[in-house]
Amino acid sequence: MRGATHAGRAACAVVVALAATACGGGGGSTADGAAVFSSSWTDPQNPLEPANTNEVQGGKVLSMIFRGLKQYDPKTGEAKDMLAERIETPDSQNYTVTLKKGWTFSDGEKVTARSFVDAWNYGASLRNNQKNAYFFSYIQGYDKVHPAKGEQSAETMSGLKVVDDRTFTVRLTQKFSSFPDTLGYNAFVPLPRAFFDDHAGWLAKPVGNGPYAVDAYTKGSEMRLTRWGAYPGEDAARNDGVTLKVYTDNNTAYTDLMAGNLDLVDDVPAQQLGNVRGDLGDRYLNTPAGIIQTLAFPHYDKDWNKPGSAKVRKGLSRAIDREQITRTIFQGTRTPATDWTSPVLGAQGGYKKGLCGQWCEYDAAAAKKLIKEGGGLPGGQVKITYNADTGSHKLWVDAVCNSINNALDDDRACVGNPIGTFADFRSKSTTQKLSGPFRAGWQMDYPLPQNFLQPLYYTNASSNDGKWSNQEFDKLVDRANAETDVAKAVETFQRAEEVVRDNMAAIPLWYQNGSAGWSERLSNVALNPFSVPVYDQIKVG
Amino acid sequence: MGQYVVRRLLQMVPVFIGATLLIFLMVNVMGDPVAGLCGDRQCDPATAAQLRKEFGLDKPVWQQYLTYMGNVFTGDFGTAFNGQEVTELMSTAFPVTMRLTIVAIVFEVVIGITLGVVTGLRRGHPVDSGVLLLTLVVISVPTFVTGLLLQLLLGVEWGWIRPSVSTAAPFDELLLPGLVLATVSLAYVTRLTRTSIAENRRSDYVRTAIAKGLPRHRVVTRHLLRNSLIPVVTFIGADIGFLMGGAIVTERIFNIHGVGYQLYQGILRQNTQTVVGFVTVLVLVFLLCNLVVDLLYAVLDPRIRYA
Repeated sequence: MRGATHAGRAACAVVVALAATACGGGGGSTADGAAVFSSSWTDPQNPLEPANTNEVQGGKVLSMIFRGLKQYDPKTGEAKDMLAERIETPDSQNYTVTLKKGWTFSDGEKVTARSFVDAWNYGASLRNNQKNAYFFSYIQGYDKVHPAKGEQSAETMSGLKVVDDRTFTVRLTQKFSSFPDTLGYNAFVPLPRAFFDDHAGWLAKPVGNGPYAVDAYTKGSEMRLTRWGAYPGEDAARNDGVTLKVYTDNNTAYTDLMAGNLDLVDDVPAQQLGNVRGDLGDRYLNTPAGIIQTLAFPHYDKDWNKPGSAKVRKGLSRAIDREQITRTIFQGTRTPATDWTSPVLGAQGGYKKGLCGQWCEYDAAAAKKLIKEGGGLPGGQVKITYNADTGSHKLWVDAVCNSINNALDDDRACVGNPIGTFADFRSKSTTQKLSGPFRAGWQMDYPLPQNFLQPLYYTNASSNDGKWSNQEFDKLVDRANAETDVAKAVETFQRAEEVVRDNMAAIPLWYQNGSAGWSERLSNVALNPFSVPVYDQIKVG
Repeated sequence: MGQYVVRRLLQMVPVFIGATLLIFLMVNVMGDPVAGLCGDRQCDPATAAQLRKEFGLDKPVWQQYLTYMGNVFTGDFGTAFNGQEVTELMSTAFPVTMRLTIVAIVFEVVIGITLGVVTGLRRGHPVDSGVLLLTLVVISVPTFVTGLLLQLLLGVEWGWIRPSVSTAAPFDELLLPGLVLATVSLAYVTRLTRTSIAENRRSDYVRTAIAKGLPRHRVVTRHLLRNSLIPVVTFIGADIGFLMGGAIVTERIFNIHGVGYQLYQGILRQNTQTVVGFVTVLVLVFLLCNLVVDLLYAVLDPRIRYA
């Protein structure tokens, strides 16, 4: 074996040589002196336009380079005035917005009422393919610029009018008392002229009015943001800048964090949850985010829309041991759901712990009884459909099925039904091609109970994939939207939520947490209710 | 020779069309990509229809394919869903993967052939059995295990290298990923060379060369190695195409933004334009590599003539 060790040693020498050169070549981007830190990122799915960004990764950048009329408090989620001096309404339908003085974009242009009106009209116009266009659908004239069928017959929405440099009015098609609270969403930010005049140039290097300015953007790999010195707001950045690095695999990002190559990861991979405490100690954060996971049902399918179906759904809900699944599979990064909203709303904001009551508590005997009373499972078996490509959904779907099978003493009661890609899964669920329960995740757009209920359960709402329809629910939501008193609106929404519960329109599973891990250089790291790190508050060194 | 090359180039046309058509159909079978663009929410029908129209998805598949191929011949590979031109993606991804492939091939050639010659000349010697055993281990361990292990050891535990490759991806940072990518092929090259050398060592022309009193290194390099390299060259030639397209795992582990990354993202987001565009170029690379390999035969073995 003398030869073998010889060859082995030669191979080692090669590796050492490589390692040495690689080591010399790789200068860390974190080592340039100033209080700049790096953070993990993935390539945004859509062009970085405010009204076209509907996922967290693009939203991350927008939240750094833009400020809107309102800003959600990172801790409480409350919508606070940012650029808005005041938003007034006599009737919850006609709003007058007055802007604060002194705001500019980082290229020097003043933020005026026109910056908002132009941006919103751009976002709503069908021609511009903006995926968040429906956010403007409450504004009068939306149906002209964004008709459901055919060509648009207007360029601008008639409900938006510029009064003077600092004032504009908004007329809605219906009463919507919490409309001002939705204005913290990224789709509603103002846009500079550069966006319209040199669109390609703007996309290559976006310009906004937030605490950071884009320094350099290499699409698909890196974005360097620096603190904007002349930022007029109170939440100016407490560091000198952030470098967002694109990672294909969050495991690599985590490894880079361990090796000191990266300062912040905001998505700790599931495989590392077991040892993250040991690796990072108290440099790890796991807090509730505005995300709820549910099982939706095909209410368009007559098998699931029979007199006893609600009982069957309740029975299934009681057959799922949420405690055990969140503890063993998610290592405590999910919390068993007891209502259909999210804890980040807070008790005053509409979250009601235990609203689901016994229907969300595990009880095998009760589950069996309910399903039997409801006429049994349609076809003797439920198939839970999910997409197998991302999010490790297979793990929990299998666990849920196991739990149901055990509770019902039937090995064939529940099976998972994987679909290859997210796109295919979505195209099947949105076109009503699924015949059993399917995975449904909801990440809130703004912290209001309305956002957790109306888009998902209102008749023909945008994300009501199961086509559930209930007049009583619709009426309550309409009433809650028109209610000017916040507490009463919340109470009415909760009554609507009780209708969802009594019919078990969807089975709530668990609330999802946001997680983050960071290096020793950073302090004051927090996640906002959208599970995005509050970059401007992070301190370096 | 010239005629042969022309004939081979003409043969590429049907292969090229067939391959692209297959990929095009396969991506299409996966379903409607627009549905995935709006996250866990339904795109509003008007916007979805508009997007379909813009990407040409509202037309029948054959028409989509013809339009696409027509555009490809004018150098337009379409636009990805994030608004970037596919040619732009290619111009950033291919150089990176090319560098990675070059590093891997250099490892294969230098280490693989050297080990092959050494073991081939000393069959049955402990060196031979040792290397054989080593190659067996390397072949049986999957790339992602070697990759993750080396990344953890060298990057985190010992801190010799950066676990991930920076955006610029210069050659020195690609050394470890290149080695990981090359490992399995390297083992095959070693074994191929070894067998070939061992076989040819007993052939008449080698005995003649030795009998003529030529120095040993000249016998080995000019006579033995040159004749033994034909199967190895075939393997390495085919491997170039394989390494460029098959680097998905390695590129993911080391966060290299090359062809594998773009393909992976393209498949996840069901982006026909990206996937077909990249695969088309890979098919071309593959075909050209094969041609070059065939031409190299004539150089290595003068007995082979192309008419």
